[in-house]
Amino acid sequence: MSETLLSIRGLTKAYPGVVANSDVSFDIGAGEVHALLGENGAGKSTLVKMIYGLVKPDSGAMTLRGAPYAPAEPRAARADGIAMVFQHFSLFDALNVAENIALGMENPPPMRDLARRIREVSETYGLPLDPFRTVGDLSAGERQRVEIIRCLLQDPKLLIMDEPTSVLTPQEVEILFKTLTKLSAEGTAILYISHKLEEIRTLCDHATVLRLGKVVGECVPRESTAREMAELMVGTTLQTPTRAGRELGPVALALRGLSAASPSQFGTSLKNVHLEVKQGEVLGIGGVAGNGQDELLAVLSGEIPTDEGAVELKGAGIGRLGPAERRRLGLLTAPEERLGHAAAPDMSLTENAMLTGSVREGLERRGFLKWAAAQDFAEKIIKAFDVRTPGPDNAARSLSGGNLQKFVIGREVLQRPDVLVVNQPTWGVDASAAAAIRQALLDLAASGAAVICISQDLDELMEIADRFAALNEGRLSEPRPTTGLTVDEIGLMMGGAHGMEVAAVG
Amino acid sequence: MIVLEKRPQPSRAWSLATPVLAVVATMVFGGLLFALLGKNPVEAIRTIFWDPLFGEFAFYYRPQLLVKGAPLVLIAIGLSLGFKAGIWNIGAEGQYIMGAICGAAVGLAFYPLDAWYVFPLMVLGGALGGWAWAMIPGILKVRFGTNEILVSLMLVYVAEQLLASMSLGLLKNPEGFGFPGSRNLNDYPSASSWISQDLGMHWGVVAAFIAVIFAYVLLNRHMAGFHIRLTGDAPRAARFAGVHPGRLILFCLGVSGALAGLAGLFEVAGPAGQITIDFNTGYGFTAIIVAFLGRLHPVGILLAGGLMALTYIGGEAAQSQMALPAAAIQVFQGMLLFFLLALDLLTNYRLRLKTREVA
Repeated sequence: MSETLLSIRGLTKAYPGVVANSDVSFDIGAGEVHALLGENGAGKSTLVKMIYGLVKPDSGAMTLRGAPYAPAEPRAARADGIAMVFQHFSLFDALNVAENIALGMENPPPMRDLARRIREVSETYGLPLDPFRTVGDLSAGERQRVEIIRCLLQDPKLLIMDEPTSVLTPQEVEILFKTLTKLSAEGTAILYISHKLEEIRTLCDHATVLRLGKVVGECVPRESTAREMAELMVGTTLQTPTRAGRELGPVALALRGLSAASPSQFGTSLKNVHLEVKQGEVLGIGGVAGNGQDELLAVLSGEIPTDEGAVELKGAGIGRLGPAERRRLGLLTAPEERLGHAAAPDMSLTENAMLTGSVREGLERRGFLKWAAAQDFAEKIIKAFDVRTPGPDNAARSLSGGNLQKFVIGREVLQRPDVLVVNQPTWGVDASAAAAIRQALLDLAASGAAVICISQDLDELMEIADRFAALNEGRLSEPRPTTGLTVDEIGLMMGGAHGMEVAAVG
Repeated sequence: MIVLEKRPQPSRAWSLATPVLAVVATMVFGGLLFALLGKNPVEAIRTIFWDPLFGEFAFYYRPQLLVKGAPLVLIAIGLSLGFKAGIWNIGAEGQYIMGAICGAAVGLAFYPLDAWYVFPLMVLGGALGGWAWAMIPGILKVRFGTNEILVSLMLVYVAEQLLASMSLGLLKNPEGFGFPGSRNLNDYPSASSWISQDLGMHWGVVAAFIAVIFAYVLLNRHMAGFHIRLTGDAPRAARFAGVHPGRLILFCLGVSGALAGLAGLFEVAGPAGQITIDFNTGYGFTAIIVAFLGRLHPVGILLAGGLMALTYIGGEAAQSQMALPAAAIQVFQGMLLFFLLALDLLTNYRLRLKTREVA
């Protein structure tokens, strides 16, 4: 590694009640691909926000190419050659690519020149992109390309990427990695934030591991195993979920040629979806976010009614039934959005236990509610799923994301469902809690329930699912057994690199 | 710089304290207003808040409090159910008028029959009238997605026109020498809602108390109330729990319409006595303030209705005794809602002094 580009010494940032970063120090060399590794809440985001000038550190110092560096705002950071691609894109759907990029520039050149430069950059780095396409029509991977090109036009010395692969198919990840490798070879340093260990092992030269705001270790990813890094990140030995051998029973849930329009204007309609899950089986459904996952869950939960026969539970058509009737029959669901969908933010955990538990747990009698029983049920969930909270009277929104997720999954699992459908069950959950949730899903399947797990985390699906199918623009691929499935095959099921098969790096 | 910081959960202490604080702030700034008008602020506040309850002529004012407070509480209880679920019935005034017209029409149809069942039938008519009027915005919203705020509000003016037409036409007193207005129901014992006129007790007061208990039980012990609260907090979670949004809209609008209709019936069969062109005096609108002043909680609404009635009675007393302009009293009442909503912020947020940090 050549000279040091950015040096960070003793950065500390505290928020009321929580220290986000405590005495963080590390160096990034020019042209280095540096990974910042850590669980959710480890302080990765705060750290890069300080580097990008969005947050001011309480103490500590940064030096950029030997000179003191303390950006007051992102504009100052950009002027010093630091660019950032955020996890959530800030693009206007109604404008085209060039217009979106112009909006982010201090002095945008005339549209024709800008379009030419966009083409140049996109060809140089193997990121094909038509400057005149409307952003609303682009896939997530293409939108990310817009953000990256927007950064590259500034000719940055350090490019910060926050969880860039969470919205990409494996093929798109490969294109991105080629681009990043090329950038790094040209001398641009990359600070790469992720918790996906395999990615970091293929891409990064160096990794700094954060836990609870502190640097707990450094390593050279190529020379460490994923397990070593995970344990450094989590701080304890990880338990891999165990899959007991299971006997598959008859078909528990089936979708037969189901089509449903999305209630949301920007949603994805489901088109002719067929699937069958047997008792004791875990079906994993993958796919890039926004390809019909929310709609599929809503169709199964009963929030979107369909034709009577399109959804079959144990052979009976239930397409017209609402959520409460489906629960009574044994079909339970847990949506992706915890706050506001799976749980009511301002209501207590007892009330949230009532939310889905009233039917199967006998928490109501002729419309009148049994609050004592609901509280017992909430306490049972808290105990069985190790939910960290002072008690069931606390509001759902006072729980951390991972704890609330454990509560939501626990609430459904403890109601002994015949079929359980979960969407993103471990999204934003720390590694040990995620392992516990996956184990609970496997145990549930072992006890004879059918489980459908919708997730964007392919590792998770490979770990727990017996069969795998992918959603792509509202269509579900033919499910295939997970054993022996290669990453390439999965990628093709997910739709490949959206329209980018020709992408070749020069 | 002062910043607002969201509390991890709503503060119980503040949710109880803010209404009291709002009343105190209203007294302070209202007092300032009265002082600027050249009146003695202490005396004005005493005339409004103290005299009607404990002053020399309290025996005259106290029954008035019941008469003014009962319709406010009755209407506000109904409105609070919808407000909790994010269903905004702004047209309670219209439902109040329709309840009065329908209930009075039932009574007048039986005139001069003396029978025990006349009044119960009128009660039924009043509730149905208000309910039906509220079903118009309800069904339009469920079927066509119209805005219930606009439709219910505009129907108030339609109801007012109907009221005028009724008092000049269909319900006009045939022995009234051509004056507009119906027969006086106070002269028709079978149709009177009075229990004791001297105490200010009529069936509307009883109904208001029953409504408070009903709403309390519904919201805290019954699935329907739980669904109402759930819808208000998180509409998507409510749908996930199995709430049918359309049915909930019809239920909330229906209950609030029926209660407003009842309030109208009890008023026309008691304190007002007859259907006249200017029968409605704005209870339906003031009840919106009462509902929020009571934090949409049944017991809170009971207290808020009493307080609002007090500012009415006290305000009238201040107008007549201290020659305060009516507009000043209205500003005073408006302040109450203003402070309440402003201070409400403290339930969910705390104020914090902070140095500038983020550009």
